[in-house]
Amino acid sequence: MNFNKIYALGLRHLYLIMNSFPRVLDLIYWPTVQIFLWGFISKFFTLSSDYYSNTVGIILTAAILYDFLFRASISFNMMFLEEIWSRNFTNLFIAPIRIREIIASLTLTAILRTLIGLVPAVLISIPLFGVSILKLGFPLVFLLISLYLFGISLGLFVTSGLLRFGPSFENIAWASLFFLAPLGCIYYPIEILPNILQIFAKGLPLVHIFEEMRDMLINQQVNYYNIYKSILISLIYFVLGVIVFYASYYGAKKRGTLINMGE
Amino acid sequence: MLIEVNNLTKIYNKYVAVNKVNFKIEKNKTIGLLGPNGCGKTTSIGMLLGLITPTEGKILINNKNLKDYKRDDILSQLNFASPYVELPKKLTVKQNLQIYGRLYGVKNLDECINEVSSDLDIKKFFERKTGELSSGQKNRVALAKSLINKPKILLLDEPTASLDPDIGDFIRSYLQEYKSKNEVTILLASHNMNEVERLCDSIIMMKSGKIVDRGTCEQLIKKHGRNNLEETFLKLVRGLDEFQ
Repeated sequence: MNFNKIYALGLRHLYLIMNSFPRVLDLIYWPTVQIFLWGFISKFFTLSSDYYSNTVGIILTAAILYDFLFRASISFNMMFLEEIWSRNFTNLFIAPIRIREIIASLTLTAILRTLIGLVPAVLISIPLFGVSILKLGFPLVFLLISLYLFGISLGLFVTSGLLRFGPSFENIAWASLFFLAPLGCIYYPIEILPNILQIFAKGLPLVHIFEEMRDMLINQQVNYYNIYKSILISLIYFVLGVIVFYASYYGAKKRGTLINMGE
Repeated sequence: MLIEVNNLTKIYNKYVAVNKVNFKIEKNKTIGLLGPNGCGKTTSIGMLLGLITPTEGKILINNKNLKDYKRDDILSQLNFASPYVELPKKLTVKQNLQIYGRLYGVKNLDECINEVSSDLDIKKFFERKTGELSSGQKNRVALAKSLINKPKILLLDEPTASLDPDIGDFIRSYLQEYKSKNEVTILLASHNMNEVERLCDSIIMMKSGKIVDRGTCEQLIKKHGRNNLEETFLKLVRGLDEFQ
């Protein structure tokens, strides 16, 4: 790995953000709207539901964590799409940067985009709704790692689709996370799902992450086994994502789509 | 660097884009790749850049198969410019050159950017976003990017397409001057016959994925009994009948 090249590609996306104030606003806007929406819903449920009584902010914490996953994945996709939209694809793929360095750079730079969007929203939720995800304590770090890995894995699958099918796959980039959300049991326990869907849901790290988050907030206990299990599942998806990305890259070279990829 | 292409073929499903093409470019020579649209020029360049996997055949660079090179080892010695490939539009010219300089691992990057941008006269719009530039300015920036690593092999796909005669001439003069000062092997795909006559040591004529003729400008014009390269090109592209 050449860190100068990873940094160079990261710098390209950093410049893009720095050069445009509306772009920064766009990054912050959606997470903040989400926090407001789920903050009010959370407040209502807290007052009206037995399940959530005395556990202020479960839904809002879930919304923040889910948004972290969403932003990580979308950031990865967006940075890849930027290369297609700007017709820079050929220049990037003929530069002496290895595919693993491209993946590493997009993965690391996605953190920055995710944090720019989410940190203001998280800070707003503290005074406005009295909810702080920091209440989850040290295990929060592991939950975020697991979510981030899974978000990047989804990004890898979607960008592989872009390499395979071209810009027409763009809509899938936006839809991918909404497709998984019902199975992720973000706002409800897994028992709500029909039995058959529970089997599929357990194959996703989201169920283990959000079940554990609820357990931590409701019962004040941490089960590290569940957290590590979620990280392991995310890691498996990440490795699969990398393999699929490489396969799509070599497939694109065979089909000759790298040379004229653009809007 | 010496480039040798043996039996190079690219087939997409059943469509033969490049059909058993053979050519050799001697070190520090400039070869023109001529042919009508869709004749396989860009596909051939794509295979030389490692962006397209050939169906058959070999590309040898300094007698070593392209696929045996490490990706970053060979790509650091190559570069490419085309008006159909753009640099990130929202970044300034300077930012784009800095990023590509870093990606190519250029040492003394600031000095190098300074040199290439002075030569190509792009300093005056250094701080402007690349997407806001005119076609001529964009072409010069793209050329600056393609020279940032002082490539040993430079692939140019219609570098002066859609430019006014003044800027087209500026770029051609610059390429001539650059080549006289640097060791570089150039493959130039173009539809501009004057450009090819001026810059190229010899020419490869392609049609329907195949090489239909090759030689120096003078040789080709004489061989086909025409007055200039354009007439020779038209004869080869349209077939013999129309001109006889």
